[in-house]
Amino acid sequence: MAITPLTARTRKSFEPQHAAPPQRKWRRLTPWLYLLVPLAFLVTFTYVPVANMISYSFTDWDGFSPEKQYVGLDNYAQLFTRPELFQVFYVSLFYLVASLLQIALALYFATVLSFNMRFRNFFKGVLFFPYLLNGVAVAFVFLYLFQPGGTLDSVLALFGIDNKILWLGDPDLVNVSLSGVSVWRFLGLNFVLFLGAIQSVPSEIHEAAELDGATRPQVFWHVILPSIRPIISLSVILGITGSLSVFEIPWIMTGGSGESKTFVIQTIKLAFQFNKMGLASAAAVVLLVAILLIAWVQRRLIPDEVTAGSR
Amino acid sequence: MDMRSKVLTGVALASMLLAAACGSDTPPPLGASAPPTSAASIDPAKVTGTVTVLTNRTDLVTDGTMEKYATEFKKTYPDVTVKFEGVTDYEGEVKIRMNTENYGDVLLIPNTIGKEDYPKFFEPLGSAADLDKKYVYTSKSNVGGTIYGIPGFSSVNGFVYNKGVWEKAGIADWPTTPDEFLADLQAIKDKGGAVPYYTNYKDGWPLTAWTSALGSPSCDAKATDNLATDLEPWKAGGDLHIADTLLYNIVNRKLSEADPTTTNWEDSKSQLATGKIATMWLGSWSIVQMQDAAKQAGQDPSVIGYMPFPAQKDGKYCTMVTPDYLYAVNIHSENKPAARAWLEWMVEKSGFAETNQAISSVAGAPLPTALQPYSDAGVEFVELSQAETGKFNKIDNESEVGMNKPDYRQKLIDIARGAGSGDLNGLFSELTTKWADTVKMSG
Repeated sequence: MAITPLTARTRKSFEPQHAAPPQRKWRRLTPWLYLLVPLAFLVTFTYVPVANMISYSFTDWDGFSPEKQYVGLDNYAQLFTRPELFQVFYVSLFYLVASLLQIALALYFATVLSFNMRFRNFFKGVLFFPYLLNGVAVAFVFLYLFQPGGTLDSVLALFGIDNKILWLGDPDLVNVSLSGVSVWRFLGLNFVLFLGAIQSVPSEIHEAAELDGATRPQVFWHVILPSIRPIISLSVILGITGSLSVFEIPWIMTGGSGESKTFVIQTIKLAFQFNKMGLASAAAVVLLVAILLIAWVQRRLIPDEVTAGSR
Repeated sequence: MDMRSKVLTGVALASMLLAAACGSDTPPPLGASAPPTSAASIDPAKVTGTVTVLTNRTDLVTDGTMEKYATEFKKTYPDVTVKFEGVTDYEGEVKIRMNTENYGDVLLIPNTIGKEDYPKFFEPLGSAADLDKKYVYTSKSNVGGTIYGIPGFSSVNGFVYNKGVWEKAGIADWPTTPDEFLADLQAIKDKGGAVPYYTNYKDGWPLTAWTSALGSPSCDAKATDNLATDLEPWKAGGDLHIADTLLYNIVNRKLSEADPTTTNWEDSKSQLATGKIATMWLGSWSIVQMQDAAKQAGQDPSVIGYMPFPAQKDGKYCTMVTPDYLYAVNIHSENKPAARAWLEWMVEKSGFAETNQAISSVAGAPLPTALQPYSDAGVEFVELSQAETGKFNKIDNESEVGMNKPDYRQKLIDIARGAGSGDLNGLFSELTTKWADTVKMSG
């Protein structure tokens, strides 16, 4: 994604600047004509539902009754006066730490594999493969892996570790296990993003650095890292927002039982188990706002332009 | 509940044919006071149209069993075409579809729909005074004297168990108290080879069956109704307290599976059938599925036993009869007479309840064979009153206690196995506070 602004800028400078006035009008219109269909889809399937959700959050709707009553800010007041509803964000910390670990690992592999080495493409494939798998399938595979006497226990037994660990049953361990699955699954995506960014760094810079006698770690710290900063900051944003809205993996593997309930699972339970659609919509709006806020703060702290300018 | 699956075989067909043979020859009674939509008073040949039936039994739709019922039905009502729509996530999906007018002609009333909303969604089937002559267990849909739905069948509750395992542990008689029950499970554990009790914690929904123990220890038909005004549902000696404490003790004394978080419902059926699991608390609808699993595992299906909750009132066991899903007619249906005809045929003539070893909704119908031991042992069948179900559900949702949701029992199991913070009494008082506050608020 770091490549896009660069290429866009280059292309612009090559654009013919001599279009005649009547043609220009059409030229302005054409992109919109093309965009009409996708925009219609986007509005119908994204913005209208979001607007609906926001309007539900001011009602006491139960999700199916033909009637709903306007209750003002009641749902929000409830949300912020019930600390147990926010306690679940504690679980997100596990995923946050895991996503930072994931970024570090992905960066390491991307850097190593960007240099010439044997079986490079094979390793790329191995690392990216989990991301291609369907999340539900991943959750099921790991469910069997974590079972008592399952794959993980058998493998550990080969190394003489045989102390009956309940990977999903132990409340101190369940979130570690689950966030481990999440790292396994999403490492590939980070890795590919980083690899793409690293490979877009012009090879002259590499060569120049090598001619100047820079070692591999020096190349990493002074050439690679600064050039891919925007993509790292993007990954951090995705990591933070992702860890706030974890859903799929814990939902399928534990259903949010024990200590593994996340904010989204809690919202689902409020909406469809206790029929509190209004309160659940309010929770969803709060999550949306929280994520937008984090993205905004992060953009203010580390603006992309600075890195682009320093290049 | 597509998990309650895979039943009907040859028995189904036989009983269907039998039912149809009796049904098709008898002329429909000429009802005098029947409501206008009642098909019973109308000549079957004049009922026409296409009826769409929503069902949770996707398995019966795909394996063609439902189609066979439709063929039988057509013999009586030649001009009615029945179409089936199996819905996998029945509760979730149908509830949402009910926002529109398009939710089939005949459907099962989702449990989350409050009773007070029935008149908005469903066609009235007649007055309770009239229908109660013909059907039993209709009080669940009795809104102000009018009936809106008839249960497809009813079940009782109890422990489904592997007779072989219990006998091998030297237990001849059903336990009569929770302590005896625990001692029996301990004996099974000491004997080895079987998990004495299986919680089905991971799948969650089997845990909700524990709420249907309500009424068994006290033999009180109003056990659920009373909770709607009860400020202390978990008071010592109360039904919920007895049942939940029993579950707690089972897990706490390590009489259940080692890791509850990785349980598997489908797998548990064959494990019970082959004696790897000794006992599970489930509705009587589960008996056929367990027998089926036994057949598949090459065992004699008679190895599956069923026993009531280990508590007696005046020297007698009690079991509550609770209706399954209610069949109802969509108020927006364009073919109400045809829809009504299907509903009545399904309840009265299809033989569906018998095939599923469930209790028929037709007044005076015999008990299924699987429940014969219950009547032999003199277990009292009490119809659980559903008069306050609407209020009960409302309080349950509002308070987020979740009597019919797995969450609080999962927490209870976590506490019992030392994986959760707090203790049993703490959990009870937390739930009591939530419940009592809501009861007080709703006045």
